[in-house]
Amino acid sequence: MAQPRDFGFGPEETMLRDSVRRFLDQKAPIDRIRALVAADHHAAYESPEPPARWDEGLWKDVVELGWTALAVPERAGGAGMKLVAVAALAEEIGRHAFPSPLLATLHATFVLAAASTAAANTWLGRIAAGDAASLAFAGENGSWESESVGVTAREEGDGVFLDGAAHYVLDARKSAFFVVAAKNAAGVGLHAVPSDAAGLSIVPDRIVDLTRDQARLVFRGVRIDRASIIAPPPSGGDALRRALPALLTIAAADIAGAAEWQLQTTVEYAKLRTQFDRPLGFFQAVKHPIVNMMLAIDETRSLVYNAAAAFDHEPERAEAFARMAKASASDTAAFCSSRSVQLHGGIGFTWESDLHLYFKRQLHSQFLFGDGILHRRKLAESM
Amino acid sequence: MAERSETPEQTEFREHCRRWLAANRPEPTSFRLPQSPIEVMTEDQRVYLSAWQKKCYEAGLVGCDYPTEYGGGGHQGFQRIASMEMTRAAVPYLVNVIGLGMAAPTILHHGTEEQKKRFLPPLFSADEIWCQGFSEPGAGSDLASLTTFAARDGDQWVINGHKVWTSLAHFASWMILLARTARDHKYEGLTYFIVPIADTEGVTVRPLIKMTGETGFNEVLFEDLRIPDRLRVDAVGKGWTVAMTTLLHERGAAESAGGGGGESIESRIESLVDLARRTPRDGGTSWDDAALRDRIVKLAIRAEGLKQSQRRSRVEGLVDHPMRVPLQSKVLLSELLQDIAAVALEVEGMASTLYLGDERAPDGGKWPLAYMNSYGFTIAAGTSEIQRNILGERVLGLPKSK
Repeated sequence: MAQPRDFGFGPEETMLRDSVRRFLDQKAPIDRIRALVAADHHAAYESPEPPARWDEGLWKDVVELGWTALAVPERAGGAGMKLVAVAALAEEIGRHAFPSPLLATLHATFVLAAASTAAANTWLGRIAAGDAASLAFAGENGSWESESVGVTAREEGDGVFLDGAAHYVLDARKSAFFVVAAKNAAGVGLHAVPSDAAGLSIVPDRIVDLTRDQARLVFRGVRIDRASIIAPPPSGGDALRRALPALLTIAAADIAGAAEWQLQTTVEYAKLRTQFDRPLGFFQAVKHPIVNMMLAIDETRSLVYNAAAAFDHEPERAEAFARMAKASASDTAAFCSSRSVQLHGGIGFTWESDLHLYFKRQLHSQFLFGDGILHRRKLAESM
Repeated sequence: MAERSETPEQTEFREHCRRWLAANRPEPTSFRLPQSPIEVMTEDQRVYLSAWQKKCYEAGLVGCDYPTEYGGGGHQGFQRIASMEMTRAAVPYLVNVIGLGMAAPTILHHGTEEQKKRFLPPLFSADEIWCQGFSEPGAGSDLASLTTFAARDGDQWVINGHKVWTSLAHFASWMILLARTARDHKYEGLTYFIVPIADTEGVTVRPLIKMTGETGFNEVLFEDLRIPDRLRVDAVGKGWTVAMTTLLHERGAAESAGGGGGESIESRIESLVDLARRTPRDGGTSWDDAALRDRIVKLAIRAEGLKQSQRRSRVEGLVDHPMRVPLQSKVLLSELLQDIAAVALEVEGMASTLYLGDERAPDGGKWPLAYMNSYGFTIAAGTSEIQRNILGERVLGLPKSK
């Protein structure tokens, strides 16, 4: 099936994006974000319990505005919007470095939608109603491949019991439930586990990024009833594979938005700051790397919308295009972070500057769901 | 497969292009064709390529979007389709590239009715080849410092000066010329002309030899060349404005410039992968080398990014600044072509030392040639450094570096 020339990005998607941008500009400007997550450097990195700071009041507004229901299929009570619309939303989340479980919830949404079972629909309904969710499927080695799943499922009586650990779970302490990949002899299955389930421990990681939290989930005989088996093995692995392009695209869109903030902030600084009686941007040693940031961002952004449109309209090419988008995005994240700090000079290296919030978020995003080296290797294998 | 937002007329035209190109693919040549139209060296090459452009013009694939009274097709949005299809069919490129890409749009925007009627039809048919006279030995990136002087003498202009890097001048009937008509104003002292080149008293065309050993571009000397005032384009002193129209088209997307044909980026990437798969290296092939493979896939991603950016630049909701993506095309494309060739040399390893004429040279020695020629594209039409200044200043609003 052919993709629409305009990626399927029409007036409705533009309106959604603009309204998201307006809302976040107003409710989550950078000074408010920094007051929330970076008011104090001791609290950020040295408190006994790693912080997971977010504005729960604002989250209620986000749910009210329908952002969590956006990607939930209509059959499960959501808006059933396409991935291009979700990508635009993710770009704005990245641009504002917005601390919330929204992207984690969108990731979970696409996995549940790919599973397409009655149980999946039930849990999708809870997302549409405002529950935050996150995916628990990375193994200890940080790989998002089915083979690396570190949780095992065993059937006993009328239930399934989970044991083991899932790593690098995004925004775990902001989530109401988890979509957990667990394997048995038949393959990988998917299970919905409420965050307060008996036998589940959420062990927070100490992470660099201040705008997210992350944890290891430890399962000790966590009992799953039949209604919470989202996809029995091996169909859970298939659902993960089908959803993977959406996960990569959303992560890449977040990076593109954050990188655009890094670009515009560096441009403004290069116009205002003077040295040698000239604004910094006069000097080509400053101007040209800034332009290179823009070139990197535009490549990533174009590949993001192509990947989204492929997921929506051309599924046979979705995986390759999504890997291209995430490979490009990971490199863009690293490059824009590096240049934004370097070109600001001394101030860019301080806690006082806003740059480090984005620098750290990008560092996290660069590796989330695999970096450029991984995705280029996967692409080469398919060429 | 039709593109989904095309009009029925455009879809029908695309079908026409495909059918016609499939049925009229030219015979392969016994001589080597240069890698791009600005490198045309010999009369054999010119005759072959001019005949091909003429055939394409007669089939309605050239000048499609120009008004019919100037020899065009009178359509809208057809040229992009024809160019895409020519590239897809991998037929030879159109030789009158400077005419189509730069002279024609400039004449259409700024020329007189008489100029449009006289010059456009033979430009489309390649009966008359065009070249461009902007750069000079002392005026490269700082183009407006040029000194070639046109002195008014009644109803005539007398031109003296020296232009360089003029591709196709040795075959050209006409040149678009930027000359100084007043010495006291840098920018307002420039005027734009059309000047005759072939067999013209006061004009000397001399080949410049490129680092590749090939000819293909030239220097042009004007000694008291006399031209009538009706060959002036737009007002006296407006040359810089007119030249900006030319450069806008020169630097814009190659696909819409009326070019088309030649080797597409996608097919260059495919050639590179193919080269890696058949090049022995360290007991296996170059494709087995993870580091080389990573570089190749990086290039494939850049190529796809460039293609998707051209697509995105036409989607209103995904464009922040109208010139942001279009002004990137030249620097991205030229640097990508350069890097593709550079990686091809690494893929070939020691065999990349073998050049044209060596029977053991992989692909006839085309990659070292392409690598050297790639500097023509990163330097010509505003160097990559000038392109980055333009992007920084016009799109991002950074202070001017001058």
